[in-house]
Amino acid sequence: MDIVVCVKRVPMTQEVDLEIDAQHRDVRKDVLAYVINEWDNYAIEEAILLKEKHGGTVTAVTVGAEDDEEVLRRCLAMGADKALRIDPGNITLDPFVVSKVLATAIKGLPLDLVLTGVQADDLNEGAVGVMLAEQLSLPHCAVVTRVEPSEGELTVRVELEGGTDEVSKIRLPALLAIQTGINVPRYVSIMGIRKAAKKELNVVKAEDLGLTQDDLSPRTIIEELFPPPETAGAQLIEGDPATVAEEILKIIKEKGVSL
Amino acid sequence: MADIFVIVEHRQGEAREISFQALWKANDLSEKMNAPVTAIVMGGKEEPFVPEIASRADKVIVIENESLRNFTPDLYLGILQSLIQENRPFITLVGHTPWGMDLGPSLSVRTGYPVATDCVDVLIENDRPKVVRQVYSGKLFQKMSFKESEGYLITLRAGAFPSDRAGQYKGEVIRKDVPAGLPEVRRQFVAFEESSAGAIDITQADLLVSVGRGICEQENVAVVQELADLMGGVLSCSRPVVDKNWLPKFHQVGTSGKSVKPKVYFALGISGAFQHVAGITGAGTIIAVNKDKKAPIFRVAHYGVVDDLFKVVEALKGKLKK
Repeated sequence: MDIVVCVKRVPMTQEVDLEIDAQHRDVRKDVLAYVINEWDNYAIEEAILLKEKHGGTVTAVTVGAEDDEEVLRRCLAMGADKALRIDPGNITLDPFVVSKVLATAIKGLPLDLVLTGVQADDLNEGAVGVMLAEQLSLPHCAVVTRVEPSEGELTVRVELEGGTDEVSKIRLPALLAIQTGINVPRYVSIMGIRKAAKKELNVVKAEDLGLTQDDLSPRTIIEELFPPPETAGAQLIEGDPATVAEEILKIIKEKGVSL
Repeated sequence: MADIFVIVEHRQGEAREISFQALWKANDLSEKMNAPVTAIVMGGKEEPFVPEIASRADKVIVIENESLRNFTPDLYLGILQSLIQENRPFITLVGHTPWGMDLGPSLSVRTGYPVATDCVDVLIENDRPKVVRQVYSGKLFQKMSFKESEGYLITLRAGAFPSDRAGQYKGEVIRKDVPAGLPEVRRQFVAFEESSAGAIDITQADLLVSVGRGICEQENVAVVQELADLMGGVLSCSRPVVDKNWLPKFHQVGTSGKSVKPKVYFALGISGAFQHVAGITGAGTIIAVNKDKKAPIFRVAHYGVVDDLFKVVEALKGKLKK
């Protein structure tokens, strides 16, 4: 099975103070550390597991600048065979434009399956994967937690809400958006990344893909980024751990729990 | 004014809560824009929830066929595409659920209408929609507008709107045949599967001691389990802990796990992603411990401790062992 996996490099925003930039449209990114998007890490692992079991190739693709090659090298170290970076240059990206760029770049590759993450950790849109499927006329599944291949098709588990899942069969070629928890992504060592440096990493420019003005015209426009509206918020319990513990136990008892 | 469409999500003969939330927002927009609300039901023969939907919409278009009883995106998309081309709705609302995540972006590519996903509000400014979304782990909000279009597609976050069940409309129910020339089915529903059955029922506990990403290492699960035992509480967790296989799924609180209603929910190292918070709205009192003072959990908790959770856990153990 030939598998293409789309990945994105995103800033780490947990346990970090975020600063809104001067244009009020995004956060100041120069002060943040970057990682592979968590969902994409599960997607690349799933692709490699499928390859290890059923044969084929894995190609990792990203739309990004040179710094973003870091996540492609990581995918190569995990076991991807090839990588492709599509340099967007000065193009303004939204999910529609990204999906157009990806579709055009991927179209020529041999592929049975395209994997993406369900969403990216930064803007949480969850739209690129399914849009890409449509651009490539592939059947798709937006939240996948299990993949089992059989002749010409896959049996997938789709995560619904409230403790119920759906099992469906999907014909190949297809696109699946992978949910976290589907596997346990393997560890990547610095040594592994160094070893993978010999693997093929191609770069194409989005402007060379022959996209039209309409293809490159974003459908959504970020107008403003702002802090969440004020809420009453939590009443803070302060002091040394012993004092805090005392207070917590008092509250729990007051609320009718016997300890 | 062109219609506001609501795509009704349902499962096993019941309309999902998100459908009523979407209808609430549709009616709110309808008042502002004087546009009729049309609900779209694609389902099996005689789905029992149609009258309930009709009381919250001006019109319900029902397309019934046994092939539509369960979510079948190839057919659903074919039908929606033709309904949109026929009616040209100004706004189409669908939940940001596994259904809507497959339908919204697809319809956008097929119809050329722009889509905004996972929206917590929809505003009308100068006769055009704008949306509000949460970004960067819920720490910031974003206001987004669309490229000008005849129609707009919006997927709504579950729980972002009230689900008004007191419908006052007498929506006309229009039954339509499945349109001719639908595409072949490439993704076929097989079955539903329970995902969080297990040894412990976290929904019955008075006290839940719940761990999140902040516990860092698998070994620390036992550290908190010991505290839960000393307190007479039950151990639960947020999604990352299950994703890492540190606890089985039946411990998970949230939209893809379980909704809980303990007297006290004690959250340790849980940042408070909305999917998690949606599962604890029934908790009497929420006490949260997290290192990050900006963690969204502090927006919903009644009491908060900004500190290393392990210091607090050890101090609690010390007091309880005495």
